[in-house]
Amino acid sequence: MENKILTGHVDLSQFHVDPIDFAPASEEDKAYMVQMRPSSTFFKDGCKRLYKNKVAFVSLIVIILITLSSIVLPLVWPYDYAKQLGNQPGRPVDSSFNNLRPMEYAASERKRIEAGESVFPHIFGTDSAGRDYFIRVVYGTRISLAVGFFASIIVLVIGMTLGSIAGFSGGKVDMFIMRIVDIIYSLPDMLMVILLASVMRETLGPAIDGTVLAKIGSNIISLFVIFALLYWCSMARLIRGQILSLREQEYVLASQATGAGPGWIIKKHLIPNCISVIIISTALQIPSAIFTESFLSFLGLGVNAPMPSLGSLASDALNGVTSYGYRLVIPAIVISLIVLSLNLFGDGLRDAFDPKLNQ
Amino acid sequence: MSTEERPLVEVKHLKEYFPINTGWFKTTPLKAVDDVSFIINRGETLGLVGESGCGKTTVGRTILHLYQPTDGEVIYDGKPIKTKEDLTEFRKKSTMVFQDPYSSLNPRMTVSDIIAEPLDVHKMYTDPKAREQRILELMDHVGLNSEHASRYAHEFSGGQRQRIGIARALAINPEFIVCDEPVSALDVSIQAQVINMFDELQDQLGLTYLFIAHDLLVVRHISDRIAVMYLGKMVELADAEEAYNHPLHPYSKSLISAVPIPDPKIARSSKRIALQGDIPSPLNAPSGCPFRTRCPYATDVCAESMPPFEEVEKGHFVACHRVREING
Repeated sequence: MENKILTGHVDLSQFHVDPIDFAPASEEDKAYMVQMRPSSTFFKDGCKRLYKNKVAFVSLIVIILITLSSIVLPLVWPYDYAKQLGNQPGRPVDSSFNNLRPMEYAASERKRIEAGESVFPHIFGTDSAGRDYFIRVVYGTRISLAVGFFASIIVLVIGMTLGSIAGFSGGKVDMFIMRIVDIIYSLPDMLMVILLASVMRETLGPAIDGTVLAKIGSNIISLFVIFALLYWCSMARLIRGQILSLREQEYVLASQATGAGPGWIIKKHLIPNCISVIIISTALQIPSAIFTESFLSFLGLGVNAPMPSLGSLASDALNGVTSYGYRLVIPAIVISLIVLSLNLFGDGLRDAFDPKLNQ
Repeated sequence: MSTEERPLVEVKHLKEYFPINTGWFKTTPLKAVDDVSFIINRGETLGLVGESGCGKTTVGRTILHLYQPTDGEVIYDGKPIKTKEDLTEFRKKSTMVFQDPYSSLNPRMTVSDIIAEPLDVHKMYTDPKAREQRILELMDHVGLNSEHASRYAHEFSGGQRQRIGIARALAINPEFIVCDEPVSALDVSIQAQVINMFDELQDQLGLTYLFIAHDLLVVRHISDRIAVMYLGKMVELADAEEAYNHPLHPYSKSLISAVPIPDPKIARSSKRIALQGDIPSPLNAPSGCPFRTRCPYATDVCAESMPPFEEVEKGHFVACHRVREING
């Protein structure tokens, strides 16, 4: 039986063979078979993950809304942040504008409403000097966000430069920079901030008088100086660590083997590989800067009057906290909202872009 | 001497010491490579074997001047590499293939940028079209699909990544390639493909390899000559078959007896020479012959002086005081 199978010849006519099945594939058929997934970059992948993270995405929307409204609203709002509404030139001071409760109107405004005019409401009332409180909160948000943003950029630039120099050159340079970092770390943060802020106010005030900088105020400038001097340490440490580990990667060695110089290696290999860490820590630096600014303003070392910031608004509200508690609550809520959403967004960014978590 | 007879790479008394901090303000030199001399002829493959930590990789990297040699010199094509200009010239002719195909490719670069990096560093192509053409040619050389040029390294398997690394190495049309365990990270079937590719590329392009590995069978297959290292020193150098079948140094004997034989009958009859103890720390190397602490034939002479690296038979160099007695 077995032999029969092995030796017997196969009758091909029994098979129904369609010659078309054996024809070479046409170009169309080939194209159909080649299913190429579109190449996805690291950045696109990260954005996709960020979009999927609902908390981070909502935080991003909140940040965008707050930022946009703090920029746009002062332009279209009928009241000004510094204008004392009861203080009209050529008339006696109308004290009925002071300390209005939310949505209340002053005596003169009520008369105008009765006369059929429409008066824009004071949504959050007015403060003790008769200034519209809503626009002051909006303006304070703008100042706080600007301080946070620029302070983190200063921190980023200084931290990145010193951190990458320390990490890449190593040896004595690294040791020198890192000991400075250690020294700054060991100083009590807040004490240094308060000391520097009060010294700077005395010395900077006269120096910038009459220049463009006077409008910004010596306090804000000293705030930036404080950030530049004290807060770059953690950024420098972070970037140094990144560069130290990236420097030992074999692709850096491969680049060296082809004869690439340090400039090429930093530009092509080191910075692109730690850019996500840099973005994330900058995003997390902003709320900490806002927080420090609010804290300093609260202590009276922040922005110059009449310019409001969220911290100084809260500080001013303390005087009448028993009767006008909402004046403390409103800026506090805005600070919390900004800091919370920036932190959540920063966390989301880290989850989406940190390669260590998703490899 | 004509170019035919002159060795392509000549390494003379190469030393590479790394300073290691052993206390406050105190450093001890770690002798990773200690007085190694050999030549590599044009078009040949020199296999370099030895156990982990014996300095194989350091030899490869020091020859390419990725580490500045502590002492000794590398003579490439008759010219010693001394000045910066020599090194720039040398870099255009020599290159390296790395062990780990995962860390040797930058995850933020596309395959075409990775392959073209040496071209860009040396500014070899100013015309973007010619550069593109060269990239596709290189990808074709190593058996990669040209459609993959715009992809990132993490989208490939280990074998494909190693091919990308080889394409990068070939970009500048090198004469000399240091292959630092290029197949150790791959599985066996892929190893065979990559090794055969190395062979084919050598035939096509006339390349010269320094092939570093710890897999003796791989080295035997690809090498013309084999060098054995132990604790930063070269102990034996011979033709591949000679070194494999008639090793003279006791360390080489033990190393080669440890190669697994894929035939149980022969494997059962062959005796494995097991060494006693561990490899000593290179920070605290034994006096004289570095192998004497584990050598079954060690005598007082071995502790006194380092045996010279001498030609015992034609083309067969061994560093052992008692080589004639042991093999006599």
